[in-house]
Amino acid sequence: MEIILLLFIFVLSGFLGFELIAKVPSQLHTPLMSGSNAISGITVVGAILAVNTSSDNLSVWLGFAAIVLATINVVGGYMVTDRMLGMFKKKGK
Amino acid sequence: MENLVNLSYIAAAILFVFGIKMLGHADTARKGNQISSIGMALAIIVTLLSQGLDYKLVLGGIAVGSVIGFIAAKRVQMTGMPELVALFNGFGGLASLLVGWAEYQRASHTTLAGLDIAKVETFTAAVIVLAILIGGITFTGSLYAWGKLSGKLGGRALTFGGQKAFNALLALGIIVAGVIFTLAPTAELAYPMLLAVIVLALLLGIFAVMPIGGGDMPVVISLLNSCSGLAACAAGFVIANNVLIVAGCLVGASGLILTIIMCKAMNRTLVNVLFSGFGATSQATGSASTGEMKPVSVEDAYYILEAAFNVIVIPGYGMAVAQAQHAVKELGEVLEANDCEVRFAIHPVAGRMPGHMNVLLAEADVPYEQLVEMDDVNPTIEMVDVAIVIGANDVVNPAAADDPASPIYGMPIINAHKAKTTFCLKRGKGAGFSGLENALFTAPNSRMIYGDAKATVSGLVAQFKDS
Repeated sequence: MEIILLLFIFVLSGFLGFELIAKVPSQLHTPLMSGSNAISGITVVGAILAVNTSSDNLSVWLGFAAIVLATINVVGGYMVTDRMLGMFKKKGK
Repeated sequence: MENLVNLSYIAAAILFVFGIKMLGHADTARKGNQISSIGMALAIIVTLLSQGLDYKLVLGGIAVGSVIGFIAAKRVQMTGMPELVALFNGFGGLASLLVGWAEYQRASHTTLAGLDIAKVETFTAAVIVLAILIGGITFTGSLYAWGKLSGKLGGRALTFGGQKAFNALLALGIIVAGVIFTLAPTAELAYPMLLAVIVLALLLGIFAVMPIGGGDMPVVISLLNSCSGLAACAAGFVIANNVLIVAGCLVGASGLILTIIMCKAMNRTLVNVLFSGFGATSQATGSASTGEMKPVSVEDAYYILEAAFNVIVIPGYGMAVAQAQHAVKELGEVLEANDCEVRFAIHPVAGRMPGHMNVLLAEADVPYEQLVEMDDVNPTIEMVDVAIVIGANDVVNPAAADDPASPIYGMPIINAHKAKTTFCLKRGKGAGFSGLENALFTAPNSRMIYGDAKATVSGLVAQFKDS
C-alpha cells in the first residue's frame, strides 16, 4: 500500500511540475535551471539518514560523501542563482 | 516526533512549489529562489532531528559541502556559469547514486547479520537500480559536459565506428544486471550485479554525451538537469521519503519543459539531438555557398554605424568566448548617444546553455528593455540599418530557412540576412562551431570584420569616442 501512495504522490507532483512553469521568458531560463538544480540537492535528506550510528562502516562513508556532494549542489546552486537574479534586478533603476 | 518531521516535509514541499512558480516570472524570480532555499533549509533541519544520526559526520559533511559550494558560487565568473551549473548538477546525480548504494549496503548488511532476510523487497531493489542508473548517467554526463563547456575536452561531437552499437550494448548490460539484481536482491550474485550497474551507468553517461556537439549543449544541460531531479526522486522511493519524491519530480518536470523549449527552438526532436551525432562531420551536407566574404575594416564599419538609426546586435557563443559583453554594452551606449535605436536580439539556443546570452548581457548591465526575442525582431528586420552578428553562426544561418539539404533546415533563425547591412564579427574565415558553411557571410549585404570580437567592438567604441 505504501508503494502505491508513493507512486500516487509521484504522478501528481509530475503533473504539478508541468503546470507550474508552462511559459518561461528566455531571460529566466538559466536561473530556472540552476534554481531547480539546487532543489534536486534535496537528496541530501536521504544522505543524512544513511549516516546513522546503526549503519555499517561502508554505508556511513557512502552517506558522508553523498552529504558533501549534495550540500555543494544545494548551497552553490542557490547562491549562484541568487547572484544571477541579483544582476537581472538592477535593471529596474 | 515523526508527525512533526512529516508535517515539516509538507511545508518544505509547498515552499518548493511556490519557489519554482515564482522563478518563472521576472519580477518574483529572486524571491522565489529564496523561498525555495527556505524550504530546503527546513527539510534539512528537521531531518537532523532523526534518531541515531552520527552527528559528527553529518554536520562535518554539511560544513565541508557548504564551504566548497560557497566558494565556488562566489568565485565563478558569469562566463563560467554553464560549466558550474553542469558541475553542480553532476554532484547532485552522484549524491543520489551514493544514497541508493548506501541504502542497499545498510539493508544487505542487516541481512548478513541474520536479522531480516527479506529486508530488501523487489520494489526497493528496482528503485535502487533506478537511483543508481539515473544518478550515474547524470554524474558522468554532466562531468563530460563540464569538460566540453570549459574547453578541457574538445567541444566538437566525437563519434567512432560502432558507437551506437556500443552504447546499446552498455544499456543492455545495465538492463540485464539490473533485472538480475531486482529479482533476487538478497542472493549472493546481487552485490556484483549492483556494482556492475554502477560502472556501466557511469560509462553510459560519458558515451551518451560524447557524440553531442557544442551547439546542442543547451539541450543536453537542461536534460541532465531534469535527470538529476529524477535521480533524487528515485532515491526518495528507495527510502520511502515524500519530500524527495515531490521535490525531485518537480525538478524533473521543469527540466523536461526546458529541454522541450530548447528542442523546439532548434526545430529538432530530442531523439535527433541525442543520437544523430550532429556536427561531428564537417561540411558533409548542404550546398556549398557561392560568392566571397567581403571583409571590412573597423574604420569603415564605424562610418556605416555612425549613419545608422536602427541597429540590432545578435550575440552568440563567440561573444562569451571573447568575453566581449562589456565592450558590447559600451558600443550600445555610444550608438544610443548617437541617436540610434539599439536592440539585442537573442536566439533561445544562442550560447551553450539555456539563457546564456541573457546572463552575460545582464552581467554587463545591458538594460532589460533592450533585450528582444527572436519572434519580436524578425517581422521588422527589414527596417534595421545594421545587424551586428557577434560570434553567432547557426542561429543566423539562412540555410535553415531555404536549403532543404542543410542539416539545420527548419530551425527558426534570426533573419539577419534581411537587414540592410550585416556585420559579422568572426575570428577567422573557417566554418563555425558546427562545421557548417554559412551563406550569411557571403550574402551581398554582409561585411566581415575579422579578429577578436572584444578588440573589434572596443575599436568601434574608440572610433565613436574620438570623433
